[in-house]
Amino acid sequence: MFGYLVRRVLAAIPVMGVVAVFVFLLLRLTPGDPAAIIAGDQASPEQLERIRISLGLNEPIYTQFFTWIGKVLRGDLGVSLISQVPVVQMIGQRIEPTVSLALSTIILSIVVAVPLGVIAAWKHGSLVDKGVMSLSVLGFSIPVFVIGYILIQIFAIELKWLPVQGFRSLSRGLWPFFERALLPTLTLSFIYIALIARMTRAAVLDVLGEDYVRTARAKGIAEHAVLLRHALRNAAVPVITVIGTGFALLISGVVVTESVFNLPGIGRLTVDAVLARDYPVIQGMILLTSGLYVLINLLIDVAYTLLDPRIRY
Amino acid sequence: MTGTTAMTHPIVLDIEDLVVGLGPKPGGPRVIDGISLRLREAETLCLVGESGSGKSVTSLTVMGLLPKRALVPGGGRVRLVGEEVLQASDRRLRQLRATTMAMIFQEPMTALNPVVPVGRQIDEVLRAHTKLDARERRRRILAMMEQVHLPDVERIFASYPHRLSGGQRQRIMIAMALILEPKLLIADEPTTALDVTTQKQILTLIRELQENQGTAVLFITHDMGVVAEIADRVAVMRHGRLVESGPLDAILREPAQDYTRHLLSAVPSLVPRPPRPDAGAPVVLETTGLGKVYRERSAFGRAREVAAAKDVTLTLRKGRTLGIVGESGSGKSTVARCIVRLVDPSSGAIRVAGDDISGLSRGALRPHRKRIQMIFQDPYRSLNPRLTVGETIAEGPVNFGVAREDALARARELLKLVDLPPDAVTRYPHQFSGGQRQRIAIARALAMEPDVLVADEAVSALDVSVQAQVLALLDEIQQRLGIALLFITHDLRVAAQICDDVVVMQHGRIVEQGPAQEVLTRPRQAYTRQLFEAAPGRDWDFAHFRPVSAAVAS
Repeated sequence: MFGYLVRRVLAAIPVMGVVAVFVFLLLRLTPGDPAAIIAGDQASPEQLERIRISLGLNEPIYTQFFTWIGKVLRGDLGVSLISQVPVVQMIGQRIEPTVSLALSTIILSIVVAVPLGVIAAWKHGSLVDKGVMSLSVLGFSIPVFVIGYILIQIFAIELKWLPVQGFRSLSRGLWPFFERALLPTLTLSFIYIALIARMTRAAVLDVLGEDYVRTARAKGIAEHAVLLRHALRNAAVPVITVIGTGFALLISGVVVTESVFNLPGIGRLTVDAVLARDYPVIQGMILLTSGLYVLINLLIDVAYTLLDPRIRY
Repeated sequence: MTGTTAMTHPIVLDIEDLVVGLGPKPGGPRVIDGISLRLREAETLCLVGESGSGKSVTSLTVMGLLPKRALVPGGGRVRLVGEEVLQASDRRLRQLRATTMAMIFQEPMTALNPVVPVGRQIDEVLRAHTKLDARERRRRILAMMEQVHLPDVERIFASYPHRLSGGQRQRIMIAMALILEPKLLIADEPTTALDVTTQKQILTLIRELQENQGTAVLFITHDMGVVAEIADRVAVMRHGRLVESGPLDAILREPAQDYTRHLLSAVPSLVPRPPRPDAGAPVVLETTGLGKVYRERSAFGRAREVAAAKDVTLTLRKGRTLGIVGESGSGKSTVARCIVRLVDPSSGAIRVAGDDISGLSRGALRPHRKRIQMIFQDPYRSLNPRLTVGETIAEGPVNFGVAREDALARARELLKLVDLPPDAVTRYPHQFSGGQRQRIAIARALAMEPDVLVADEAVSALDVSVQAQVLALLDEIQQRLGIALLFITHDLRVAAQICDDVVVMQHGRIVEQGPAQEVLTRPRQAYTRQLFEAAPGRDWDFAHFRPVSAAVAS
């Protein structure tokens, strides 16, 4: 197991290396002089020259790369062109809303969707099953922002139970954090509940036809034990895969949700950076998200080996 | 146990006029139509029949494990030690399972949960039905595992199923079924997926535990050989009805019903068929020193090598049949796959009509592909369900440049040759039975006009009567077309009926080879003899309703 982990982490290094090269080239391959792009239209030649030197653009390209990667490894992602704040610091300030939204979404989705999926598979063909399936089609088809606005309309504007938008750090108390996190989480969870419930249902349904489920029933053990210990555990691999990839895809869902609920997260940081062509920030965000993807894939693979003893790499 | 003492034992299972319908509506089609069976303590009743006869449905009905809403008991009574189980609540059924009635299944490979250690799977039975503490449960499980003669029980207790062999898994299943000493054990084809030597051990084990615990055994099988080994009484089923039942000896010697006679006659004899004259026909297939090594790369490049076939040298002449017999893992399928170049051999030569094809690249191999064709074991999975039968048969010739129209016309002829209606070309595989599908697979192989046909366990998935028909068909085609047949089988009876020459393999090597007449009647090697001794029902000459000893005497 430990050897496997070490190998997987080592295997992640070249992946991140390729990402780093891509991110580095992003700025160099954009048409025209990066310094000119950065400086904008009204820059004087002196300003341009200063930017070139500060970016090291007068050096050979491989020197530039190693200088840059050296900085990245030391945790220096450069300085925002707009705000002149270090990128790492910017991300650090904006990461809490995003991480808390992503985590709460994934937790809520799993807690709701997996039981729904198991019950739907168990009561296959029944009204419960059809209900779950219809809801999941609904969850897929309504765009995130529509759900968001509907929820705001009902719970914040009509009923006035919850604030309309905004974010409070967890450090400022549980309730202020929770009442503002609830609606965004619900909004974003819809599609993941739909996705995970569907997948769980399909996987469990598949497994319920297996011989070992019949064996389990022939042993006379309780039905919930048959479902959980025998069916769900064997259905877990595809479900975990969906949860993992879903988590990775959350990044894009987060952008919309953060806009709808006016959350100061990294989703909006990215959008703002792209619109303002704030290249260092964009680079930082690409590195961060791809790092997350690699990490999540690693976790999924580790989960496989824990869940299914037959899987060995 | 003899039939007379059996009558004094108490009745464990009493099935009376049982009806099971398809779907919840009464009056729908009946899968089980008025079955009555009675089973006493310490008695073994064999339920025999071909696929679709309803024998498995009968056993699942007793266990209350019928798929809900799909199969519904519609009448009759099933009493287990006097208690009616058809009307029992789900809760009561759960209580009865494992404590009073238990079941083992056909496929030990799939009947155990792959992600739970086997010890815990047995433990579930004790946890569900007893109040023993963890230590006592573990003690009982280890003791039971020893009773089913598992080696190294501490290690196996913590092992996952995929670490165990098929025989070991079936022992685990038996341990799980019998740990609470149920009155009734239902064994649904428990040895069908196992090798003959393992089968013999499992049958002996069931017998032994039955004698210790006085269990009544309802043993479901399609194999008359197994019946002859284990049954006290036999019940023959067909199309959901009971054809006849009686003591073993009476059924085997004086079957009253035509169907039973037919079933017994279809059992291939272990006595080889008379050899065909060896006319010195040209050699069409030859391997010399054929070997296949599988390399398994592990963690940091330490490769583990498994030799699946070593130094296999064999010769096949035009119009002859060469059988490769052996148990699973003997390398017989590897050899077949190397010969058709589905896998690449690691060493040695394969000559087809004189040309060495063992080292040819994919492209260079192409013209030779059509000279060897293969028929696979499972006709349910070897035919593409989305292609019509005509397309399946015509696909090969079309790939080799035959016009589509001509290939389809040829497909019709070939279907006639394998006794299927020519209009089958427009239908899909799921519209045919297993035997018909295997005929389609044969027609597909013949469409390429091969010199050599490789049949890998081609009749193993079929019922005996269908098996007999397909074997007869292969024989007829061989005579008409002069094709050479390489026949891979684990079944010595089938080998005896179809082969001119036989190769016996073990651990990837050829143990013994020669004319079928010699190898199968006077085996020289200990392993071949061991295979023979394990063949179930070898004392019976089923087709003539008499023991072999009587046949020798007459």
